[in-house]
Amino acid sequence: MACFVVPAAEAVITTVAAKVLEKKEAAPETVKVSFDGVSATEAVKIPFSRKLKWLNSLLWGGSALLAFEHVWHGEVTPWFPFLTAAGNPADAAEMLNEMATAGISMTALVTAVWLAMLGVAKIMEKNATMSAKKLPPAK
Amino acid sequence: MTLLTTVFAAIICTVLWYRNAPDSQMKLGILCWMYWGASLMWFVDAVFEYAQIHEAYFTPAPADMLNDFYLGLSVVALGLVIWLAALLVKDPKGVVKAALFKKGTK
Repeated sequence: MACFVVPAAEAVITTVAAKVLEKKEAAPETVKVSFDGVSATEAVKIPFSRKLKWLNSLLWGGSALLAFEHVWHGEVTPWFPFLTAAGNPADAAEMLNEMATAGISMTALVTAVWLAMLGVAKIMEKNATMSAKKLPPAK
Repeated sequence: MTLLTTVFAAIICTVLWYRNAPDSQMKLGILCWMYWGASLMWFVDAVFEYAQIHEAYFTPAPADMLNDFYLGLSVVALGLVIWLAALLVKDPKGVVKAALFKKGTK
């Protein structure tokens, strides 16, 4: 009915947060890493704001395509009140219930996947810098 | 069916992105994020639907399947349109800019 509104709302917050962080962040850190496991090379570590943009992209992209699905099913209209369920109290209650269940679950899953990606990225960054310490520099 | 269509689109785009990495001139990352985001959200939708109708979720009526597949293809097409618009606006290869300007002074 309007479950996509919840991830879209989070997307607005994370987009603003990414913009603010981007301005406040210090210059990116340069480290020695190994991309191929054979030689070490200097590279710039991507900042957190860039990683936050991964979440933005997941949330905006998903919300946009889900919004299209709702248009397809006639649940979203280009005229007021935009959400057909908002037209009468019974449907509105059902819509709010769907936002509170499916909408929040969607947002939680996307955020959980992003957090898992951050964890994996952290491990990969650590492994790349650790292995670079044992290798000769790139020619 | 919509979920499956989007998941396959996400997998294909991710494979293409990995194949072309680190070159990101085609901005395939946009498509990957969009399709994976939608896939995760539709997965949650599928879980809620399964909780309501149980085994019947896996045996949809052919007409419903066809309609969902049609919707899935439309979603993939919309994703491609959004990606194409972003690609042309960002114009990483400068193709659009080159088309707007002629070399030389006249």
